[in-house]
Amino acid sequence: MTLQDPGLDSPLVDALVRTRRYFTRGEVSPDLRSLTKRGGREADDFYRDRWSHDKVVRSTHGVNCTGSCSWKVYVKDGIITWETQQTDYPSAGPDRPDYEPRGCPRGAAFSWYTYSPTRIRYPYVRGTLLQMYREGKAQHGGDPVKAWAHVVDHPGRAKAYKSARGKGGLVRASWDEATEMIAAAYVHTIAKWGPDRVAGFSPIPAMSMVSHASGARFTHLVGGSMLSFYDWYADLPVASPQVFGDQTDVPESGDWWDASYLVMWGSNVPVTRTPDAHWMAEARYRGQKVVVVSPDYADNVKFADEWLAVRPGTDGALALAMGQVILEEFYAERATPYFLDYARKYTDLPFLVRIEDGKPGKFLTAEDLAVSTSSIEEQENAAFKTVLLDARTGQPVVPNGTLGHRFGESGAGRWNLDLGDVEPVLALDGTEQATVTLPLFGEVDGSPGEATTEIPVRRVGEHVVTTVYELMRARYAGYTPEWQEPITGVPAQAARRIAREFARNAEESKGRSMILMGAGTNHWFHSDTIYRAFLALTTLTGCQGVNGGGWAHYVGQEKVRPVTGHLHLANALDWSRPPRNMIQTAYWYLNTDQFRYDHFSADTLSAATAGGQLAGLSTADVLAKSARMGWMPSYPTFDRNPLDLCDEAAAAGRPVAEHVVAGLEDGSLRFAGENPDAPENHPRVLAVWRANLLGSSAKGNEYFLKHLLGTTSSVRATETPEDRRPRDVDWVEEAPEGKLDLLLSLDFRQTSTTIYSDVVLPAATWYEKHDLSTTDMHPFVHSFNPAIAPPWQTRTDWDAWQAIARKFSELAGPRLGVRRDVVAAPLTHDTPEAMANPHGRVRDWKLGECEPVPGRTMPRLVEVERDYGAVADKYAAVGPLLDTLGATTKGITYDVSASLDELRARNGAVRGGAADGRPSLERDVHVCESILALSGTTNGHLAVQGFKTLERRTGTRLHDLAAEHEGKQITFADTQAAPQPVITSPEWSGSETGGRRYSPFTINVERLKPWHTLTGRQSFYLDHDWMTELGEGLPVYRPPLNMGALFGEPEVGDVGELGVTVRYLTPHNKWSIHSEYQDNLFMLSLSRGGQTIWMSEADAAKVGVADNDWIEAVNRNGVVVARAIVSHRMPEGTVYMHHAQDRLIDVPLSETSGTRGGIHNSLTRLLIKPSHLIGGYAQLSFAFNYLGPTGNQRDEVTVIRKRSQEVTYS
Amino acid sequence: MKVMAQMAMVMNLDKCIGCHTCSVTCKQAWTNRTGTEYVWFNNVETRPGQGYPRRYEDQQEWQGGWTLNRRGRLKLRAGGRLKKLATIFSNPKLPSIQDYYEPWTYDYATLTDAPAQEHTPVARPKSLISGKDTKITWSANWDDNLGGSEASFRHDPVLQKVSTDVKRSFEDAFMFYLPRICEHCLNPSCAASCPSGAIYKRAEDGIVLVDQDRCRGWRMCVSGCPYKKVYFNHRTGKAEKCTFCFPRVEVGLPTVCSETCVGRLRYIGLVLYDADRVLEAASTPDDEDLYEAQRSVLLDPNDPEVVRAAERDGIPHDWVVAAQRSPIHALINEYRVALPLHPEYRTMPMVWYIPPLSPVVDVVRDTGEDAEDPDNLFAAIDALRIPIEYLAELFTAGDVAPVDRVLKQLAAMRAYMRDINLGRDPDGSIPAAVGMTEEQMYDMYRLLALAKYDERYVIPPAHAEQAHALEEIATECSVSEYGGGNPEIFGEGSGSLTPLAVENFRMLQDRQTSDTIAAPDDKAARVNLLNWDGKGAPEGLFPPRKDD
Repeated sequence: MTLQDPGLDSPLVDALVRTRRYFTRGEVSPDLRSLTKRGGREADDFYRDRWSHDKVVRSTHGVNCTGSCSWKVYVKDGIITWETQQTDYPSAGPDRPDYEPRGCPRGAAFSWYTYSPTRIRYPYVRGTLLQMYREGKAQHGGDPVKAWAHVVDHPGRAKAYKSARGKGGLVRASWDEATEMIAAAYVHTIAKWGPDRVAGFSPIPAMSMVSHASGARFTHLVGGSMLSFYDWYADLPVASPQVFGDQTDVPESGDWWDASYLVMWGSNVPVTRTPDAHWMAEARYRGQKVVVVSPDYADNVKFADEWLAVRPGTDGALALAMGQVILEEFYAERATPYFLDYARKYTDLPFLVRIEDGKPGKFLTAEDLAVSTSSIEEQENAAFKTVLLDARTGQPVVPNGTLGHRFGESGAGRWNLDLGDVEPVLALDGTEQATVTLPLFGEVDGSPGEATTEIPVRRVGEHVVTTVYELMRARYAGYTPEWQEPITGVPAQAARRIAREFARNAEESKGRSMILMGAGTNHWFHSDTIYRAFLALTTLTGCQGVNGGGWAHYVGQEKVRPVTGHLHLANALDWSRPPRNMIQTAYWYLNTDQFRYDHFSADTLSAATAGGQLAGLSTADVLAKSARMGWMPSYPTFDRNPLDLCDEAAAAGRPVAEHVVAGLEDGSLRFAGENPDAPENHPRVLAVWRANLLGSSAKGNEYFLKHLLGTTSSVRATETPEDRRPRDVDWVEEAPEGKLDLLLSLDFRQTSTTIYSDVVLPAATWYEKHDLSTTDMHPFVHSFNPAIAPPWQTRTDWDAWQAIARKFSELAGPRLGVRRDVVAAPLTHDTPEAMANPHGRVRDWKLGECEPVPGRTMPRLVEVERDYGAVADKYAAVGPLLDTLGATTKGITYDVSASLDELRARNGAVRGGAADGRPSLERDVHVCESILALSGTTNGHLAVQGFKTLERRTGTRLHDLAAEHEGKQITFADTQAAPQPVITSPEWSGSETGGRRYSPFTINVERLKPWHTLTGRQSFYLDHDWMTELGEGLPVYRPPLNMGALFGEPEVGDVGELGVTVRYLTPHNKWSIHSEYQDNLFMLSLSRGGQTIWMSEADAAKVGVADNDWIEAVNRNGVVVARAIVSHRMPEGTVYMHHAQDRLIDVPLSETSGTRGGIHNSLTRLLIKPSHLIGGYAQLSFAFNYLGPTGNQRDEVTVIRKRSQEVTYS
Repeated sequence: MKVMAQMAMVMNLDKCIGCHTCSVTCKQAWTNRTGTEYVWFNNVETRPGQGYPRRYEDQQEWQGGWTLNRRGRLKLRAGGRLKKLATIFSNPKLPSIQDYYEPWTYDYATLTDAPAQEHTPVARPKSLISGKDTKITWSANWDDNLGGSEASFRHDPVLQKVSTDVKRSFEDAFMFYLPRICEHCLNPSCAASCPSGAIYKRAEDGIVLVDQDRCRGWRMCVSGCPYKKVYFNHRTGKAEKCTFCFPRVEVGLPTVCSETCVGRLRYIGLVLYDADRVLEAASTPDDEDLYEAQRSVLLDPNDPEVVRAAERDGIPHDWVVAAQRSPIHALINEYRVALPLHPEYRTMPMVWYIPPLSPVVDVVRDTGEDAEDPDNLFAAIDALRIPIEYLAELFTAGDVAPVDRVLKQLAAMRAYMRDINLGRDPDGSIPAAVGMTEEQMYDMYRLLALAKYDERYVIPPAHAEQAHALEEIATECSVSEYGGGNPEIFGEGSGSLTPLAVENFRMLQDRQTSDTIAAPDDKAARVNLLNWDGKGAPEGLFPPRKDD
């Protein structure tokens, strides 16, 4: 077509409009369409002016996410105006994308909090409490500690303020009065009940290390317990300690670029790793194939070449089926050289396992070999030296690198993966067969069953043995793609094809197939089984320890890169050791009395092949057993004040350990966990900072409100029937309510935790303090800096806890003085205590199965001096134990004396007091400098030194990994200038040497450094008694818990008068980072502005719910009132209530309970898996946040119904 | 030929993760103040979806943009300019606040101040319009991620145009995100709609701005813009819109929305165009030809003739060089992967989009057919989960051919690069099949995948010799209307022309002394920063310390 007479409207109008040229300052285009202007644009002044600012300050957000994004904070006239992202990250390389910009909408909305009406500006105290406290003070001569006792030791008064918790009535107090009251509570509690009756909770140090260290340091100095978080959040993949002997080590997101096949499995990267997602989007352009496994049409499905819509919680079945294809097609049918070579070197597949009673039993060890076949030096730690067959000789040999080589004289120089001439055998020749029985579990109800199969074996001395490889073959034989299809809903052909593609890609690329695995697969009760099935895929295909390959667990996996410095300062290890670090899930399971609502015994979870080790035990009994055997920590530890125990021992003239053992043996002393409801065993003081326990992480939220706080709750569950109550743990007829005397929180915004608190202290925000930030998603350390001074009466965490410490010392000095404390420390990973239980055999001294020996069959018992008047002095200075004991991380001890000299010069020395002459920690900047100076990742001298120390054990060359940066010391000023790349250090398993991207275990693979496991290799087989008991010695399929069978909840899909029963999942929220930002006006404006539950159109139709209708979700644990979001992206039978939508925003009263609707965790509760309580055995040994029971919450169901659309709020 | 320079943007939708960071940083920087609570210069829509304001693409309803009259001449859809002038005092065709959304806040202070009571305190939503309790029923992003998809599918104006049957089922679910800012059109219908001549296009870079002094609040621009990217500030009674962050762009910085885009999907650069040919191109008779027509107006900055003409027309040399290095030119005209949004509106928009490649449908899933071919990891374009017709309705006035070509180019890039990634010999037949050379394919990969900062944003700073005119306080200031002006009939604040640049906090104070809870009784204790423009310290930011 040709244009004729182009123009506007008509010539007449043209003429009219042309006149505009004469009354505008601009220029009308010749064709009269538009007006252009040049220069003289005063009218733009508003926008120019708005853009102008006085300064830009680098800071970040200390929120519990792994972003660790550096931001520019704009300040005008002394006011924070807004923020945008920094773009000055060092380049990731010329041939790959960069890290700029990092950030997300949540972070971009942060400055709103600074001046928002939810900001906490002054100290607040619960009105009734303050009044009674003041009365008490008046009545007791102004003595704060007596005043506190006046309130809390009087049942009526205690009930008055406890039952008022969370119901308004906070009143302003001065810092002086608030800290005095807090100090009084600590002094009273320590004197009356013991220091282990106070606890602190502050998670995820990496997001703001100094702020975390503040209260942690104080808590440890007074002898209190810090509660774990990684396991509590259910973010800890227990399979990681099980398989790798490592807490979690994952690739930085820049390493996704190196993958040529990427599976996002339960990890919704655009939402939960927002600043990293681009690496995935961009790697696709490099020809990376992307597969998403997700039950819903998640945000990341948009990027996927294929979407496998797996049914929730059945991921393990799909992974097992894929593993079956790989074992069958890439091992048995065609021996893939790359895979087999990898399996022999880096996995336990060639190791020998004894067949006992027709079942897989214990690993064959040097102990089992005749002395003639085992050299003299192998006799040391023989039970921890595992054995394989050498193909050249057909004889069993002990290869280097086992746990037995890690400790002791003879292992020096031999803890490595060098096989020398040994050629490990994977598949036996099949001349001899044996019948073995393997456990199975029902695909839907999880009921125990078993299967019998013939496998190749051979004899070694008196033992019938086979290889782990043969066991794996037998184990996987039934797990075919066809088997999984009815379980997962994924077509068998799809499962088979993806498995082949994954493996072929790994073969061709030498291990560059990667699985990003997330909370969607990790928050289940049986997540460890799901994860072991995943890890089998990445390990069988030789992907672990390869850039671009392997597992990438992205669930709360915060990496404190300068870990040694932080660890020692936060735990106050510079002043006293060991610290009290507690497994939080167990802590709340007992202290919120959730154990009283279990309707099943621990052996409900046992396999058909089990030996009855858990028979008749409740979960509380199992906990008590784990504690007394020294496997897991337990604080409060004894049913008596540990300070008094020391006094008793002194009076009796014997060491306290001996006194304790004697008392335990004759029954005069018991573990607190054996009677958690006795008043002397309650936790009494809890401090929460940088966290929102009651609006976010508290699984079984309503039980917390009822039993811990003693206020209104919507618990609807019934208590455990008499025949299923604990055997060893006491049952108190009337469950206590309001166990806690003081709930203290520090925050800058109102949350459920602050409104339920007795004392709330106003905290500085992240734009108002100095601190450090790291993550494992990128390799940089960078800083927080104050854009403005803390406004109103807010203070930084470091200053607030210092103020508390000063007040505490003032009150405690004359009242408590110097006392002796006895700390019961669990058997610890990366120490010789990991060899306390040969062959993972359970020996309970209480049942007479062994003698109670501290540090071997029970916890280590260590006497510690507490100078209570000196706590403030110690808090603010680096203590002397670092000079004498050095700093130890993951079994490597660093001599830090040079760092301490430098710190003394940099920070200045303290003058006078208990810390005279020590490097100062008075200000937050001092702590930043100390963390950086005391860690290998930020101090090249320490990295090189640490590798040289390790070299003596491995006998291999390592220190060259850090040599390029030996002289580099990252200072705080460096982190203020720009994000700083860290140094390769033995603190972590991967290498960044030469600027490469971080991928875990590359040092293990490339430098033959063993994993921290029994065999020194990645473990498919776990021979601990309780693993066998649960039928989980090998990877196995276990479906989600059956809440119908366990608790009598209706079955998913049931539709009745009360509504439709659905699976209730709580994935991470697009509009918040946990509870942070969900109250932010920007995020509320972009979302639906309050609590919501996503449901499918089918489920909504069953109960007549339309989009945005008010609904109620009810189960035995509590009640939620929310609005429905109805969408076809949701699968039928499953609803999502996105995680941590607090009760403070637009939550009406519930029709069901008559009280305020709850939070997402009002419908969940704690359930503990016994295998998570194993300790004292190789990689299954405790370390803080390394191993412990998880606070899983995904197996739950709820009933949903439409409620009256007329909602009321009060 | 009249050569003009235009600052333009390309967004690669294939990389968009729908995070809305762009929206938040933009809002924080520009529109968190009174009168613009509901305004998002930058917003991100989930598609299928209704958009913001809802159903803005329904031009039958809103009458935005241009159309051709019977004589083939371009006219504003809402009526010729004569009609506009004639009907200036009647209400223009505008979305209501409910079509955008009724902005709200919460009585957060209750959480701190609540007296002892029976239940836990809660912050309830309050309308920022009425100050009263409200139930939230719509927002700027209500249908995010297919929320309430039944309505989205029913009301999405684009989906309504797609002839093929698009099912709303779990198995066939698809979505993508569409971030939008002002299009800074070459042929802006907002400017043409303005009776006051207050909307102008900057001569040197084409950024479209509202002259706040001249704007009389007629709101014809709101009607005239088919993208609904001009907003009415109900505080000042004037129009406001995305400024392409000109104070940043002038000094060589990318816009806030671009620099903060964590998907790294935005590109900024110059294009040179022939101003003499704009009208002709915008008048192209057939809608489906508009994409090519618009492309043809853009000039090749490497053509010596164009360079000479640019110099003649006063475009500085470094701007010409920037135009040659421009990622926008490369994506629109060299690789031809960027497409305009709704070319049929005939405004010649200057924010273009690379359509989303993903997701690929899992048709092969059930059959396992390509399992036999390990190299065939990517499914065919015709198996795309997003209906290609839907993309064509957005970007090419319904012509599927260009969209199909772009998607094939992207898929070919992945296949070609996979060989290189795995150390195989590159296969030149792959780029050839989509009409590209291997070098072009590799260069496009670099631009899309590596997307280095200095290749995403090629922005020449404004010239020193022009700085005089660009200063905040211009010394050649002609007429200042500060403090004066004519009372007008629109808006609460339009009676006075006090410039926004010197906006004090009177309105804020007014709000805080009102009786509604959105500005509560103890107003001294709170400042709602949503309503604060970042200037000075408003009273009430630091409340008096009653106890001290």
